Amino acid sequence: MATWLEGLIALVLIIGGVFLLIGSIGLVRLPDLYTRLHGPTKATTLGMAGLLLASSVVSSITQGSISVHEWLITLFLLITAPVSANMIAKTAMHHDLTPWKRTKGQELVDPASRQAPPSDHHSVKDGKLP
Amino acid sequence: MLTWAVIIVAILICIALFLNLWRLVQGPSLQDRILALDTMYINSIALIILYGIHMGTGLYFEAALLIAMLGFVSTSALCKYLLRGDLIE
Repeated sequence: MATWLEGLIALVLIIGGVFLLIGSIGLVRLPDLYTRLHGPTKATTLGMAGLLLASSVVSSITQGSISVHEWLITLFLLITAPVSANMIAKTAMHHDLTPWKRTKGQELVDPASRQAPPSDHHSVKDGKLP
Repeated sequence: MLTWAVIIVAILICIALFLNLWRLVQGPSLQDRILALDTMYINSIALIILYGIHMGTGLYFEAALLIAMLGFVSTSALCKYLLRGDLIE
């Protein structure tokens, strides 16, 4: 393996690892659940993409042919991370978890816990669908 | 160079796993614990991929894909259980 290519792979690996660590630090340090969702869903997914890119390049070189099956995991994680974050946030809203005082979108928590549409939703009148 | 990078990234991921474990034990609400489990399985996929790079084989890819799929299914099942109190209605 050429030296510059090895250095490039090592750089991508370390960037991916640092992003994974940043996501987990965000999970520990941020004040409430709604802000804590940002760390694992954004930084950790980007870190996994970097790591799998490096793994794909390494196995392409060692096999001698282009290896694409790492991109299956990347694609799967890129699809499932927002879905699971959405489900966790929905669960938290239904359980009336109190947000931190500076978290945005607090007016949505009460309608979501009653499973009602937002109060400024124009297409729904008197709780009946048009 | 690549060997050292793999060792450094493994140390970083181990620190990240310990931070997730702290949140899993500490977490004030159940949703925090679910989120910590979700992050833990993503970090363990990273560790398995890294071991595959270290050993120079593609054997561990299937294990990583299996953990990714089952982790997503378990996260959505736990969320559904908290939402409805029931899994299969």
